[in-house]
Amino acid sequence: MRETLAFDFERTFDQCATLLGDLTFPTVAAWKQEHPGGRVIGYFPVYAPSEIIHAAGMLPVALHGAGDGLELQHADARFGSFICSIVKSTLELAMTERLALMDGLLFSTICDSARNLAFVIKRNQPGMYVDFLHLPHNPNGTASHDFLASEYRRLIGHLQELSGRTISDEALRNSIAVFNENRNLLRRLYEFRRDYPERLRTWELYVLMRAGNFVPVETHNEWLRGVLEELPGRTGKRRDAIRVVIEGSFCEQPPLDLIRVMEEAGCTIADDDFILGRRWFNADVPVAGDPLMNLAESYQDRSVYSSVRHDNRNPRHKQLVEKVRQAKAQAVVFLTAKFCEPACFDYVLFKRELEAAKIPHLPLEFEEKAYTFDRFRMEVETFVESLLFE
Amino acid sequence: MSNTEKSDYRGQIHQLQKEMMVEWYQKLDESATTGKPPAVSLMISGNCIELLEAFDVLPLYPEVNALQLAIRRQSLEPILVAEEMGYATDNCAYVKADIGAMVKGITPAGGKLPVAALALCNFVGCNVYTKWFEHIAEFQKSPLFMLDVPFLRTDTPSKDDVAYVVRQLHDLVKQLEQITGKKFDMDRFREAVRNSARVEELWSRIKHLSKKKPSPYDAYFDAISLMGPLYVYRANPRGVHFFEVALKEYEQMVERGQGPFEKEKFRVVLEGPPPYPFFRTFRDMFAKWGACTVASTYSTVGGLWEFGFRHDPQEPFEAIALHMIENNVTNRNYLQRYDQIRRYVEEWDADGLIIHFVKSCRLFSAGQGDMRDYFTKELGIPTLYLESDIEDPRYFSEAQIKNRMDAFFESLGHAPARTAAQLSAGKAGSGIPMVPTASPKLRVLN
Repeated sequence: MRETLAFDFERTFDQCATLLGDLTFPTVAAWKQEHPGGRVIGYFPVYAPSEIIHAAGMLPVALHGAGDGLELQHADARFGSFICSIVKSTLELAMTERLALMDGLLFSTICDSARNLAFVIKRNQPGMYVDFLHLPHNPNGTASHDFLASEYRRLIGHLQELSGRTISDEALRNSIAVFNENRNLLRRLYEFRRDYPERLRTWELYVLMRAGNFVPVETHNEWLRGVLEELPGRTGKRRDAIRVVIEGSFCEQPPLDLIRVMEEAGCTIADDDFILGRRWFNADVPVAGDPLMNLAESYQDRSVYSSVRHDNRNPRHKQLVEKVRQAKAQAVVFLTAKFCEPACFDYVLFKRELEAAKIPHLPLEFEEKAYTFDRFRMEVETFVESLLFE
Repeated sequence: MSNTEKSDYRGQIHQLQKEMMVEWYQKLDESATTGKPPAVSLMISGNCIELLEAFDVLPLYPEVNALQLAIRRQSLEPILVAEEMGYATDNCAYVKADIGAMVKGITPAGGKLPVAALALCNFVGCNVYTKWFEHIAEFQKSPLFMLDVPFLRTDTPSKDDVAYVVRQLHDLVKQLEQITGKKFDMDRFREAVRNSARVEELWSRIKHLSKKKPSPYDAYFDAISLMGPLYVYRANPRGVHFFEVALKEYEQMVERGQGPFEKEKFRVVLEGPPPYPFFRTFRDMFAKWGACTVASTYSTVGGLWEFGFRHDPQEPFEAIALHMIENNVTNRNYLQRYDQIRRYVEEWDADGLIIHFVKSCRLFSAGQGDMRDYFTKELGIPTLYLESDIEDPRYFSEAQIKNRMDAFFESLGHAPARTAAQLSAGKAGSGIPMVPTASPKLRVLN
């Protein structure tokens, strides 16, 4: 696998982009070949405790739908109208044996459609370990720390059964450290992109980050370190553009070409919520002490805000405005997946808060399978011009 | 077959429930004016009315507001108001109708509704509720209590699941003490739980009466009428009285061999919420065919009692936790719902299953195509799949639904020997079981 994805800075981004579109999961297949008996656990967005999977000696794989690469033959009939694309494409991946590389699938409490999907897949994939994690929604007090630690213990029980090996606290601490490093590297890349967007385009950052879904975290860390080393030497010209924050793409992902179109149409993306699960914590998960409690407490107290996690201590509409200020952005573009109920609901309070703060915004709706972007380009260009020449 | 059969659908209990619900709305109006008693908004599923009763707090159910608006054909205006505010056409219209009505001051009964002294989101399965209650709290400036209920992802709840909910319930008690200025009274709480247990026993017996042939009532349309008192008055002696009257009325009907129709020609199980804006129209489509619902999942949204669960006054907090986690359809996983429906078809001896997909509610509807696949292909149960909405009148195609219903009952009347035999006898129920006796067992979580 190292040969197939040997690090070469200038080719990295294109290699990553190619990897994302390959529904045969070549890097996962390669990992299985290199690790006879090795187990792979796929997880549906937004967040899963990858550290636990990693500590079990398994490969965590973040699934993000099928883009425009899959024609639905089975999933439409099972999920019908008014259901988002990623739910259907994930079921289609399963029912067309494309997830056969996975030894288990994890889902969590993000929305009603995804929850039902977990159990529909369970029925249609007999023999596969399919589980559902209840990630808590009450951040007040310590009850949810204890609960989530117990939920993680339940997961560990199943993973131990699957792998036949015990997961030690030491292994968990090591995994926490290596994922902390991954998140740190990504944070540094996000800061670099925020400060020097002409030297690191968002589509490049995006494919680099998302490729980490399919490779061991240690490999991903190498790539990220390599890119960070090379970036200061890169050049690029600043353009007339507006700085925007993207909100709403935390689960189903917009087509890569849509991100490119937004940049071409005059947006400098200063911050975003793409693949949010890879950057779930805004500070390191403590390594010393009880690892499961550290992960549980971090979920409650060190997570980024998200439409799929309730936290009335610091409402997400306030945090979006704060994010815009931190990013020195002029506007917000909502890239909301069609039928994404959490994002659609949150838009109401986001909109109200942005209007009160006099921050302009543009709501756009996409589907992962979209492949023509003329309308998007026109809407974005019109929005950009209205801000550049107002 | 008569094309015009319509029943009055009225009995003593329908009148009684109407009076009780009117009285509840009057109390809410009074609370809105005087602030007393305080009202707490909460969700129907796994509602902890027993704790509110112990504090003399009024329950305020946003869902009941929404359904009342829809059934009175008043839901479109507030839905449009909400869409103006930024809610998407694809958002749950229950939420839109409730929020739109709140913003515009529209109430279903015409009286005032109080501002919730507490928005209590007893998050039971439905993620939309976390948003709904965040918005209620935001727009009304009400404090929000997010009571996080672990989804039933295993066969039964773990000790950790129960302990988590119980700890939160104790936090809730402290908050209710602050709101009411009253000290928590364990004896009153136990008494409320005891009332609930009695109501649950009566309700469960009513649920089992629909196994009779004919069923004395429709376990979808009539059950919905009974659900109001079940959620508002369950922990109160008046709830006990109401369900005693209801059970007696239905037992007398059984003795007389009476049901909602002159002749019960089909027995069906219904999955999914009703199209409230066209409730009567929808009911008439069943009446036309003499089709009686003998069991429904929607009537177990607030609690699943027909399989034995009762609140235990000896362990009242744990009982509430178990009600929330395990004993309501919305917090049970999708395959457990398949199993619940399978039991209904088998044990209530139904001829077929009708799945009503509602656009608003993905909790109910996401995956119902797979459900249909399971019931038709694996169990061989005649199944009809319909689509409309629970709240938004723009998604009800009367002609299309009627055509599909007609075709379904037409084929049900002709195809299986059992049904034909029953039809000739004018009654359902004496023939060959349609469901394989050894049904494929559902795979449940490890």
